[in-house]
Amino acid sequence: MRKLLLSAAALAVAATASAADTVRLGTEGAYPPWNFINDAGDIDGFEKDLGDELCRRAELECTWVTNDWDSIIPNLVSGNYDAIIAGMSITDERDQVIDFTQNYTPPDPSAYLALSDGVDLEGGVIAAQASTIQAGYVADSGATLVEFATPEETIAAVRNGEADAVLADKSYLAPLAEEDPDLMFVGPDVPLGGGVGMGIRESDPELRETFNAAIQSMKDDGSLNELIRKWEVSSTF
Amino acid sequence: MLFGLKWLSCYLTTGKHMAFYGSFGTVLLLLAITAPTALLFGFGGAMLARVRFLPASLLGKTYIALVRGVPDIAFFLFFVIALDQALEWLMHKAKCPEWDEPIRQGSDFIVCQAAKVPPGSAPQWLHETYGFALAVITFAIVFGAFAANVLFGAMRAVPHDQLETAAAYGMTQRQTFWRVLVPQMWIYALPGLSNLWMVLIKATPLLFLLGVEDIVYWARDLGGAKTPRFTDYPHGDWRMWYFLALLVFYLVFTRISEIVLDRLMRRLSVGQAISGGDAKRRAGA
Repeated sequence: MRKLLLSAAALAVAATASAADTVRLGTEGAYPPWNFINDAGDIDGFEKDLGDELCRRAELECTWVTNDWDSIIPNLVSGNYDAIIAGMSITDERDQVIDFTQNYTPPDPSAYLALSDGVDLEGGVIAAQASTIQAGYVADSGATLVEFATPEETIAAVRNGEADAVLADKSYLAPLAEEDPDLMFVGPDVPLGGGVGMGIRESDPELRETFNAAIQSMKDDGSLNELIRKWEVSSTF
Repeated sequence: MLFGLKWLSCYLTTGKHMAFYGSFGTVLLLLAITAPTALLFGFGGAMLARVRFLPASLLGKTYIALVRGVPDIAFFLFFVIALDQALEWLMHKAKCPEWDEPIRQGSDFIVCQAAKVPPGSAPQWLHETYGFALAVITFAIVFGAFAANVLFGAMRAVPHDQLETAAAYGMTQRQTFWRVLVPQMWIYALPGLSNLWMVLIKATPLLFLLGVEDIVYWARDLGGAKTPRFTDYPHGDWRMWYFLALLVFYLVFTRISEIVLDRLMRRLSVGQAISGGDAKRRAGA
């Protein structure tokens, strides 16, 4: 009888452990090459590859969820998913609300993209995505900030003249500048943030440590650099 | 490289576009479930408000006044989170009584794994269905309050002679309500309800706000400019065309609704008792 009880208890423990091992990853799905929805309608990009590999190494079962950028932190905090993996730079402001893993891309420059060279970056109208480090930087720089909910709209604002330039991660702007001869980088690059990391609830230190270890192992064997080069998201470690 | 029609036919049948077409189904499904549910809420609310028992009628009237007075969007954003957390809190109390950490830690809302709704290990479709169900309930609560108001008015608009006659024939209160009042109130309720139906159709893009991947979500994503690196079908900013398609969809849909509702109205008018109806009939004859 006692043996039966013990094995039942062991089973129960195993069951809760496996239930806890499904981790829901939240991403934006609108920020290539970091994360985007491909032609087939699936989540794709650097962070999809990275997240899947991290989960494999940490022996977690992961599922993907897309969520608007605006509400991506509130929905993590209220438990809709367990981790944010969405090109989110590590900043002090965000760190007060959620925790970050170690960065999986080094701190990388942001850049201004505009239609012409002679744009006034300090006094003009600059577009940025709402609630990003770039938006915070523009607000402090003295320029007039116009915010948009998606990265896509910030570029559209420059194309239609609503904004003089857009400030965003250089890796996001580079393919656009390459493809469209009208768009060009202006001014010097702006170093912002402490690199990109995964956002985890503050009450979930265990998951943070798990992902920290997985990221470290990818840094150590060079596979992280490989992924970074494949998707051209940033400089390497 | 493909050109013209062939390109277009390939482009319009990508997996992403299929998801877009599917999301029209999501919207129709939402309407198909929400409309009757809201009507039920409305009927309940109107009945409560009519009851001659103060706490019940106060409850009904408070429901109507409260929901009608708060902006839809505020209500939508509040209710979905509140419902979700209330459910998880109840589950938590039932399933993890031995849990001693606080549920609210700073801004975090923490319940034990077993209390997660739906469970964390559930497949993605279950999470989506759950989100959709929360949306339906919220829609039903909001539109139910408006429907309650309409039905409450309609019940009062039924000529009093009809109810008195029913009483004179010896019908009980309940019989009078179900056999005389309810069948006759629809004609008075229909203009208000059809108006509500139109507003409900137009409110469906709120799904997007609730995190459901609806037609607005996909239209915005598909319409955005695409660079050749990340897609086989690069194009510029086509959001205008996608939103135009949504506009046409909604216009066609509301127009069809109008036609159907007009027919229904004519049908319901047949043989309807209206106050002074007999005099009017004679004047017409």
